[in-house]
Amino acid sequence: MIATESLSKRFPRVTALDRLSVDVGPGVTGLVGANGAGKSTLIKILLGLSPATEGRAEVLGLDVAANGAAIRERVGYMPEHDCLPPDVSATEFVVHMARMSGLPVAAARERTADTLRHVGLYEERYRPIGGYSTGMKQRVKLAQALVHDPQLVFLDEPTNGLDPVGRDEMLGLIRRIHTDFGISVLVTSHLLGELERTCDHVVVVDGGKLLRSSSTKDFTQTTTTLAVEVTDTDEHPDGTRAVREALHARGVDLLDSASGLPGAGHLLLLTARGEETYDLVRDVVADLGLGLVRMEQRRHHISEVFTDEASEDTSEASQNSDAQRKEAVGHGS
Amino acid sequence: MAVEHPAAAPPGDQTRIHNIGYRNYDGPRLGRSYATRSLYSQSLRGSYGLGRSVKSKVLPMLLFAVMCVPAAIMVAVAVATQANDLPVDYTRYAIIMQAVISLYVASQAPQSVSRDLRFKTVPLYFSRPIETADYVRAKYAALASAMFIITAAPLVVLYVGALLAKLDFADQTKGFAQGLVSVALLSVLFAGIGLVIASVTPRRGFGIAAVIAVLTISYGSVSTLQAIAESQGTTDAIAWIGLFSPITLIDGVQSAFLGATAASPGGVGPGNGEGVVYVLVALGLIAACYGLLMRRYRKAGL
Repeated sequence: MIATESLSKRFPRVTALDRLSVDVGPGVTGLVGANGAGKSTLIKILLGLSPATEGRAEVLGLDVAANGAAIRERVGYMPEHDCLPPDVSATEFVVHMARMSGLPVAAARERTADTLRHVGLYEERYRPIGGYSTGMKQRVKLAQALVHDPQLVFLDEPTNGLDPVGRDEMLGLIRRIHTDFGISVLVTSHLLGELERTCDHVVVVDGGKLLRSSSTKDFTQTTTTLAVEVTDTDEHPDGTRAVREALHARGVDLLDSASGLPGAGHLLLLTARGEETYDLVRDVVADLGLGLVRMEQRRHHISEVFTDEASEDTSEASQNSDAQRKEAVGHGS
Repeated sequence: MAVEHPAAAPPGDQTRIHNIGYRNYDGPRLGRSYATRSLYSQSLRGSYGLGRSVKSKVLPMLLFAVMCVPAAIMVAVAVATQANDLPVDYTRYAIIMQAVISLYVASQAPQSVSRDLRFKTVPLYFSRPIETADYVRAKYAALASAMFIITAAPLVVLYVGALLAKLDFADQTKGFAQGLVSVALLSVLFAGIGLVIASVTPRRGFGIAAVIAVLTISYGSVSTLQAIAESQGTTDAIAWIGLFSPITLIDGVQSAFLGATAASPGGVGPGNGEGVVYVLVALGLIAACYGLLMRRYRKAGL
């Protein structure tokens, strides 16, 4: 989908991209980096709008320097900033943008109705955009990037400014762009955690340089963490503790879950070495006569991958207590 | 669930409109020139508030009416009094109505370009097949066309009225044609000046004020200087001073080549030699406006 070869972009004062070579295949790809890492500059070059200082880049097999217009016809772009005029309706705006992508009027109208429905805008699409919430505006921005049915879409910080629920909905939508619509996605974010759930592949840039490029599976499948929650009984007033001791006696790696958060103490985290660990947990819980409330896989967070090898243990612990915090919040306990 | 659907229903039956899933688009993609034309027509319609809110239709429509009503009255007078000629020349009409024309360009030039800058819609255009040059051309052509419509419409009213009043056909047609050439030049020039000024600021209010200021201050100072020159008897200078404001520039061109009488004090217009300079300056200004706009948007990017 995208291939760059020692791509550099230098401005008089700063180097935005420094010999970046990266290959991006079909699917959902996350482009992660801090603010100013060169993400937006890369998108500009890939759209053929800004010439690279050196190196070359291809999008959909077309050279960006020579075929900018052809590329822009087949890709979509959702900018980071606000880009919607407040005094027109979403329908009018998206129809206009569809025509600007070369769609005939009738097709533009039909595609607009379809696309707005797919991003989750219904009756409100006839009202002026000025009255929309941030979440609705983000959907309109996404719709204008998808309306001409591109093969690839660049989404620049699509979750910016959204509340947690809006964030989740947007991430779900991004996932659907690939699975349901068959459109490949390059999505930027400065939050690693967000992309874990959404992306097949993650590219990390920092200071215009490539830090890492690999699939999210590689990131998260090396070990599996299990979260176990059990009930308490009269015999074992603290069920969690009983299970912990029993498992420890059988040589299972238990992770430190001692955090001061409410509810966190009821969750037991352990490292699964394979199928037998699941059986062991089941047997131990059954032997103690406790009820197994849950036993689920906890995937590692991408951020762990970037922490130093040497400090793996401490980082793992802190990651897991992070996970617990989320769990605790998520269950409203 | 499946039982609810009659077995006879063909696949893709459209009676259930919800949840039909994503459909890919494999129809035509008409490319750059179509996109440019779409932008042109959208901007032209926008200049009269069409496709926009009711509020934004008020001013352009009002100005359009204000432009045409005096022409209609003149025609009515000419018909009623069985006059031999129209009260004003075709070429003179735009000069008389210049305040309305200035107001129109001042209100619609920022509407056309400042909004795109203010709401940052420009990057959305440039992430599509069109190039900066296409954007500039479409916007320029659209505003020039809108200006031509508002300046030519009253001339059409005058011409139709003149024919109804059974005035001399050849004479009227010639005057009408000269008037059209003149307002076409005026439209292109004013549109260029308006757009250059408006493209500098994302604030519509500033744009409006700046365009009005440039047009009225230049005309005010030029006509003051011309009046001084006339009172001092230096009539040669009058023609040259006229080069420095857009409306007197147009007036000079049409009095040199389009059979108009100059509207400047004392009725002194440029002769043919000076007229060439006027035309060159007018064309040079238009080219400069176009060049400035291209430069303005080259860096607009994302």
